[in-house]
Amino acid sequence: MWNQNKRTICNLLLVAALILTLVLIELLAPSTSMWFSVLRKVCTFALAAVSMNLLNGFTGLFSLGQAGFMLLGAYTYAILTIPVDMRSNVFRNYGDSLIRFQMPLVPALLLAGLIAAFFAFLIGLPVLRLKSDYLAIATLGFAEIVRGLVQLQNFGPVTNGPDPINMFTAPKNILVYAAISGISILIIVLIINSTYGRAFKAIRDDEIAAEAMGINLAHHKRLSFIISSFFCGIAGAMMAMCNTSVSSVSFTSAMTYQILLVVVIGGIGSISGSIIAAFIFYASSEWWLKFLDLETYTDAGAKIPLLGPGFRMVVFSILIMIIVLFFRQGIMGTREISVYDGILRIKNLFMKKSVKGGVKDE
Amino acid sequence: MSKNVLHVENLTMQFGGVVAVDNLTMDVNEGEIVALIGPNGAGKTTAFNAITGVYEPTNGQVSFAGEKIIENHPQGKMKKLYAGANADMYRHILVKTPDELTKLGMARTFQNIRLFKSMTVFDNVLTAKHLRRTSNIFTATLKLNRKEEAKMRRETEELLKLVDLYDVKDEIATGLPYGKQRKLEIARALATDPKLLLLDEPAAGMNPQETEELTKFIHYIREKFNLTILLIEHHMNLVMDISDRIYVIDFGKEIAEGVPAEIQSNQKVIDAYLGVSEDE
Repeated sequence: MWNQNKRTICNLLLVAALILTLVLIELLAPSTSMWFSVLRKVCTFALAAVSMNLLNGFTGLFSLGQAGFMLLGAYTYAILTIPVDMRSNVFRNYGDSLIRFQMPLVPALLLAGLIAAFFAFLIGLPVLRLKSDYLAIATLGFAEIVRGLVQLQNFGPVTNGPDPINMFTAPKNILVYAAISGISILIIVLIINSTYGRAFKAIRDDEIAAEAMGINLAHHKRLSFIISSFFCGIAGAMMAMCNTSVSSVSFTSAMTYQILLVVVIGGIGSISGSIIAAFIFYASSEWWLKFLDLETYTDAGAKIPLLGPGFRMVVFSILIMIIVLFFRQGIMGTREISVYDGILRIKNLFMKKSVKGGVKDE
Repeated sequence: MSKNVLHVENLTMQFGGVVAVDNLTMDVNEGEIVALIGPNGAGKTTAFNAITGVYEPTNGQVSFAGEKIIENHPQGKMKKLYAGANADMYRHILVKTPDELTKLGMARTFQNIRLFKSMTVFDNVLTAKHLRRTSNIFTATLKLNRKEEAKMRRETEELLKLVDLYDVKDEIATGLPYGKQRKLEIARALATDPKLLLLDEPAAGMNPQETEELTKFIHYIREKFNLTILLIEHHMNLVMDISDRIYVIDFGKEIAEGVPAEIQSNQKVIDAYLGVSEDE
């Protein structure tokens, strides 16, 4: 019990340190710093990855509909938060917007999640009878259908057809993103640690045994699907804020694969793994490895070979292959990060060194 | 006469043209240990699955504690194909999923152990407490069900102590030795507060000593939890030791019923197990 408390305290300290770092970056970093755009994206995709992990990693439902639910969230949020006097300008190709009010940020975010969750409920009815790959294909199809539908001219007055939506509320402060993402992830963690979370894991481990233990499969799968989509919708809204413009073309299945990649790199079934992986993935693809895409010349004027547009993706693919080949469990496997256990391990390491050739029983 | 717990009536299970269970009728009364035996492929596990809701039986009826839980009659394509008896006896269709049956008080174990692989021993049992929850997803997430959660944990601890698994409670379930995994599977089934426990070959793969321990264990839990037990088994020592009554099936058909001594001397049963020579 005492150890458990120590663990909780250590983890709370870690979270506090993270928040402090974010505040410091927000206050001290120069306004041109890459930190801002990268951290906004990391917060967004950390939430998307964690919500996908809830479904794929904790309930064992292999769904690839993330892009679709994010699109629904992004559109809902964007449409609802355009200032009233800007609406006719944004929707100029369709006369005017059908919606003539503006919502504050938080209710719009919640509604973005709810709309995504509602659609999840609807398509979950037929689709959740399917298993593994079939479910993946069906949800992937759903995502593509949604992307096609919002582009229809008929929906123009609501969705602005194929034209992008902009001018909506888009905060710049990274703390806003961190707060939305942090609260959402906290809720997901609470769900996973509750009795429902255990039921989800039971379904993942053995569906037949779970059902024999009195867990209603249809009900719990639907629940997990809806919750995951709710937070996906919020992640979509955050993505809209990041980009300050929403267009259906950005919600392709490639984005779903990107999120899946983050989940796999972080470890399927690990929340902290997903967050760490989101940071590593987006920081390197948007920032640290960006130089690979630029044609660079040495001082003498010679061109450095290979560097040029597209090379970043080549390096990135190789890195991913290495991860998949050698770290099949991802960074964290199914474990969660724990500062206290880390300290213990380091302590043990030193203890072992000090007792040279001592007994190795742990 | 003690109360009837499980009543199976004219249960037939047909897959395509194969009649796996043919017109099985059996009764299990309160407090009894009843064994269902038969040679390999006789349809024991199929009968089990039909009773516990994994399969929908083709024809027949099952009642649990006086309440009808399953009823079916041949429909659709099966109407023409049906090769069993009593095709016109039942008119209603009543199907229950395994989780609903477990909620009513029927818990089962599996022939090949099915534990929740990634979970600890403690969590395995705790998960089985989920079905008696009163919390919903919101109260559970916001930890408003703290009392209930504490009660679930306390009951799990007590149960693990009773079945002597408390000292391994933090180990990953699949890391346990085979005998203990079996025991854990039974403990997990007990966590659902069953009236009737269905054991599918609990002694499969066990050596004689482990089998003996299991026999004691089954007696022990029956006393402790006021259980009625229906089991499928191949170990004849165990079956003869433990059961109050035995049903024998062969090729899906019931061939004998009675107390162990009667079954041991029943010629039909001996023939079914040893085979009949052709020239007789």
